[in-house]
Amino acid sequence: MYVYDQHDQKIIDERVAQFRDQTARFLAGDITDGEFLPLRLQNGLYLQRLAPMLRIAVPYGLMNSIQLRKLADISRTYDKGYVHISTRQNVQLNWPLLEEVPDILAELATVQMHAIQTSGNCIRNTTTDQFAGVASDELEDPRPYCEIIRQWSTLHPEFAFLPRKFKIAVCGSTQDRAAIHYHDIGIELVANDDGEIGLKILVGGGLGRTPAIGSVICEWLDKKHLLTYLEAILRVYNQHGRRDNKYKARIKILVRAMGIDAFREAVEEQWTALKNGPSTLTEEEIIRARSFFRDPAYQTLDTALAISQLEDDCMRDPIFANWITRNTQDHRLPGYRIVTLSLKATGFAPGDITAEQLELLAELSDVYAFGEIRSTHQQNMVLGDVQISALYALWQRLQAAGLATPNIGYLTDIICCPGGDYCSLANAKSLPIAEAIQTRFDDLDYVYDLGPLELNISGCMNACGHHHVGQIGILGVDKKGQEFYQICLGGNQAKDASIGKILGPSFQQKDVPEVIDNILSTYVTLRQEEESFLDTYRRVGIHPFKERAYAKAD
Amino acid sequence: MPRLIKHGSIIDDAWQLMDPDCTVPAPDQICNLDQWLQLGDKNGSAVQLEPGQDPSCLFGALEDIDLLVINFPIFTDGRGFSYARDAREHGYQGELRASGHFIRDQLTYLQRCGFDAFQMADDSHLDAALTSLMDFTEHYQAAIDQPLPLFRRRS
Repeated sequence: MYVYDQHDQKIIDERVAQFRDQTARFLAGDITDGEFLPLRLQNGLYLQRLAPMLRIAVPYGLMNSIQLRKLADISRTYDKGYVHISTRQNVQLNWPLLEEVPDILAELATVQMHAIQTSGNCIRNTTTDQFAGVASDELEDPRPYCEIIRQWSTLHPEFAFLPRKFKIAVCGSTQDRAAIHYHDIGIELVANDDGEIGLKILVGGGLGRTPAIGSVICEWLDKKHLLTYLEAILRVYNQHGRRDNKYKARIKILVRAMGIDAFREAVEEQWTALKNGPSTLTEEEIIRARSFFRDPAYQTLDTALAISQLEDDCMRDPIFANWITRNTQDHRLPGYRIVTLSLKATGFAPGDITAEQLELLAELSDVYAFGEIRSTHQQNMVLGDVQISALYALWQRLQAAGLATPNIGYLTDIICCPGGDYCSLANAKSLPIAEAIQTRFDDLDYVYDLGPLELNISGCMNACGHHHVGQIGILGVDKKGQEFYQICLGGNQAKDASIGKILGPSFQQKDVPEVIDNILSTYVTLRQEEESFLDTYRRVGIHPFKERAYAKAD
Repeated sequence: MPRLIKHGSIIDDAWQLMDPDCTVPAPDQICNLDQWLQLGDKNGSAVQLEPGQDPSCLFGALEDIDLLVINFPIFTDGRGFSYARDAREHGYQGELRASGHFIRDQLTYLQRCGFDAFQMADDSHLDAALTSLMDFTEHYQAAIDQPLPLFRRRS
């Protein structure tokens, strides 16, 4: 992973000192609430319903064991001993004290972490595929480009007061696991006709109040132009994005208003002045960025032996066998597998992880996975490089710690924002809905029979729980002070992206699990052979689901 | 006389906004964009841009302008950051002044975008504001104050 040199460290240290001064001035009454707002947001600090929330950046979801131990330590010293993995791969503390946030940031800086631009109307943390570098369907590792974008966007002087927040995601594989169609800018590594790998650029995707799928602004861009091209897009957006209405301020609205062709033209015009300028990437810089993501010290393994042992273990222990099927994936190298640790055990808030679990993960990553851990936008954690022969031992430790719930990619692997229990933006609670659904569907055989299914819950229109792109999406809404839940169907965040359609009038909280049950039984009744929920929905449309969900009880 | 920060120190300033009803500026008067566009002789002129008035209409006469003011009616409207950079990248060499309701915590960013003078709506704490210009001594990306990105300077 990327390692800071003295320059990176200096920038982060100076940022901590700056925020310490800003916080002191705020506490002394020298800065107004309104002036402090963007300053604290751009350091990840929200003032929430019950306490501040600090969102710590995890650039493209990659951490090492030292950082994990530091997070555990910080959560004990400054918080309540647990943290939350957000839907953009970041880590959130729910109960820090404002006065102590500069100290927390200083502690983070000692392990090359920060909270820069995890909120506010600026360029946010760049996200990517959680299986980057180990996926078997990868064209090229996207992380060097994520790191190049991270550096360029960090404390960018021109783009710190944009019309609205700005999110970039990069993907380098056949399957899109980074949801690039739903980002302000989505970047895909693609080959041109000559086989040379470059960048396909999408612009204007997003969730929130007006969900939109990104449009292609450039089919293939030479990698060296990455930063100047991004700069041109951002400059057009900064100058022309709407600022009169925060719900119409995202770049998707500008792209839609101008039309993608006119928008492209405006970008190209800006780009003419920037293209081939000093921000053009040098070959050396690309090589340097890639050097941080080289293969770890993989061993040449006796794969046949390891697989036959694994088969024996699976025969002996069906619970382990099931976990292998549900929570591990092919690695691009034989002899290794990718392991996803579920943070979706029933009874725990989706994405929450305790200090003890963080420390255990740090230890296990040191022993089994070269000391690296990834967070996912589905709010789980990943060990990317586990030897097949070590899987049984690893699983036993995870099982004992409650981190081996075998539900990755299934109904109960719910994406869920913190909702009304924590967030002051929320219209409704989301965590109790997640728990009620997990509790109702506790029969794993039924859950597996339903096949891969994404159920996403957001507590408000900001859509942090990505409800529009869940095959089943649930949105909390406020109706005259009462919490109701709107359900949408058919969303999809993969390359054949689609936005969920609203089923109909919203439901009361207590009815949601029953409604979900009705939707699922409708699918089970209508599906053909191995057809997935999404395919069935796409074939039959929303009406059969609607009829069943709103049918009067006999 | 108003005080402002210019080239890193606090100075008195004689420039004044021109009366909106006048058409010919006296010396030391700053035109609004409409007035400036009407000027026959733009040599030695001063002009103030508001959000929504991008500087491209000045590009033909940047050499004639002595003072370009970019106003920030509210500090969260960041269009002026791009306007400044755009003007500098098109060769503007004169004084580039931020005026209005920006805050001292934005000074380093403003400076990086090419501003060299800062006229804050509240000029009572300019000494303290000066220290904010020194918040950062290293930067990742290219800007007007440092045209080379860090990746071309790393050692």
